Amino acid sequence: MNIELFFQYLVAGVTYGTIYAIVAIGFNIIYNTTGIINFAQGEFVMLGGMTAVTLHAFLPLPIAILSAVMITMVIGALIEITFIRWLISPSVLRMIIITIGISILVREIALHIWGAGVKALPYFSGTAVSAISIGDVHISPQVLWVIGVSAVMVICLNLFFTYTLPGRQMRACSANRDAARLCGINAKNMVTLSFVLSAGIGALAGCVVSPITYVQYDGGTALAIKGFTVAILGGLGNSMAAVAAGLLLGILESFSIWVMPTAYKDVISISILLLILFVRPSGLFGSKEAAQLKEF
Amino acid sequence: MARNRHLQAFLLIAAVAAVQLATMISDTQHYLTQLTMSGYYSLVIIGLCLLIGYAGQISLGHAGFFAIGGYTSAFLTTYDLTPVSDKAFIAFLSRTGMLVSTADLYGGQVLHLHPWAACLIAILLAIIVAYAIGGPVLKLKGHYLAMATLGFGTIVYKVVLGTEQFGAADGISEVPEFALLPGIAVSGKLSMRIMNYYIAWGLVILGVVLLSNLVHSRVGRALRSIHGAEDAANAMGVNTGRYKLNMFVISAVFAAIGGVFLTHYNGGIGPSEASIMKSVRYVAIVAIGGMANLWGALVMGFVLNFLSLRGYFGSYDDAVFGAILIIIMLFTPEGLLRRDLFSDIRSLFGSGKDLEEKV
Repeated sequence: MNIELFFQYLVAGVTYGTIYAIVAIGFNIIYNTTGIINFAQGEFVMLGGMTAVTLHAFLPLPIAILSAVMITMVIGALIEITFIRWLISPSVLRMIIITIGISILVREIALHIWGAGVKALPYFSGTAVSAISIGDVHISPQVLWVIGVSAVMVICLNLFFTYTLPGRQMRACSANRDAARLCGINAKNMVTLSFVLSAGIGALAGCVVSPITYVQYDGGTALAIKGFTVAILGGLGNSMAAVAAGLLLGILESFSIWVMPTAYKDVISISILLLILFVRPSGLFGSKEAAQLKEF
Repeated sequence: MARNRHLQAFLLIAAVAAVQLATMISDTQHYLTQLTMSGYYSLVIIGLCLLIGYAGQISLGHAGFFAIGGYTSAFLTTYDLTPVSDKAFIAFLSRTGMLVSTADLYGGQVLHLHPWAACLIAILLAIIVAYAIGGPVLKLKGHYLAMATLGFGTIVYKVVLGTEQFGAADGISEVPEFALLPGIAVSGKLSMRIMNYYIAWGLVILGVVLLSNLVHSRVGRALRSIHGAEDAANAMGVNTGRYKLNMFVISAVFAAIGGVFLTHYNGGIGPSEASIMKSVRYVAIVAIGGMANLWGALVMGFVLNFLSLRGYFGSYDDAVFGAILIIIMLFTPEGLLRRDLFSDIRSLFGSGKDLEEKV
């Protein structure tokens, strides 16, 4: 293989990897505050992309994206308030089944609103064929948008969790929910906030990536499985490790096209998921001791 | 207790016969097609009920086992062996009567494996896969178990969808009928409609009797102890890992048998049978049937599959099952038709004496 092709695959892998990382961070935010895995995480990405496409019909692109993210955040809050807030210490099995049910409902509603076709936002700058060339390597400007927006998102989230009051309250809840409540933190609102946050970042990721990958009503499940793979790979709850794991999975998947037909691309990432679950459920970067303390 | 179970089995046989007679009297015999299909789906569901309700292990990948059964059988009974019929192994198979020849659509002859042999291979394959995957998967709990089984189901779906030999998105069609005995065949032919209805529900009755004997035996008590408190069960000397694995394999076999028979009945199978939505649908039906309630799962499997196959849910088919999952889990996480439902209702209307007994 030649070096140009190598870089081309690498760039594609990094692009997908960033999106997986964002979905994984969404999983982590909710997992950290509630201890549950939100199986409907991928649906936020799909909702964000779909809503933005619809709004872009009569709004300029930046406003359409902003409104789409807002709308998805409101939907995230509504989902939490309707289905999760009032349950008293539900079992893990119960929460799994409820969030799976939510993901199916969201998908079916999306099918009835937007139909089964694929949709996409226009390229943010340039067109589908414009490319930035470095030597013989051609990179679509949208790829830079995806990586840039995701990087800004990760930095902002970090600042939010480190320096702002709600961010620190959320961290307190994830460290010890009862102690946080004793300190006067409204743990229930923190859970709602975590749904709003992960819906927001999922929706934004869905918007920036839609020109490249397109959105379809049923795209959420595959994203959710890959995002979960990344979250596990990095160690559940560890958002910074999720970024590294996301890039790793994206690149692996991208290069797998060499040895296997494209149709089996998803099989690679899911096999990695199974392998990690069987061999090292605490993740590549997670510590075994910390994993044992958590309740799955 | 045993007499009670005999009575239940007898009532089930009577109900199956009554439904057939009802379609005959009301001249709605075309319903029998969907009734037969929902029978095979119910086979998957009672197997899954054993795993979820009694062993307490969720599986979001049982459509994968259904597809392994269906696709293996469909592939082996449609793959034409004529070009290689002079090979020693094929000739040997042919001499032992394991090959049959059927006419295809264009009048040519297709030499293929006998459905019985294909069926046994399919079940064997499901057992092997279930043991291989179940060993490591069942060591996981909660989210990890759900995701791992979901991952398994997705892999099967992607493999059948992406493989040319399995017909990719079209699936495999023109699967021949399955001659169980001379004169008795699993086939979608109109003339065999009533017989096939009884074959399907005969299998279901057999399955439910087997499973209900199982859950009322020593195994069943061990399973309930796993469901209640796995560590405690382990401490009491119950080999929880082995029980869980065996239940996983049994439920996989039920799913595979359902897949084999439905494929021969429909004359084909498509990748949608392996989709995640199917797996979720099976879980939804087990949930509404009352989790640890074989008879509830059977009734709900019959009713919901029939309604869905008849198209009563229209384009909201999947949404209905999603909504069922949410509503059941929000309000009655033990399932709708749970075992103590009737005593609950009785205690609502009855005297305080019933309540005290319950406590």
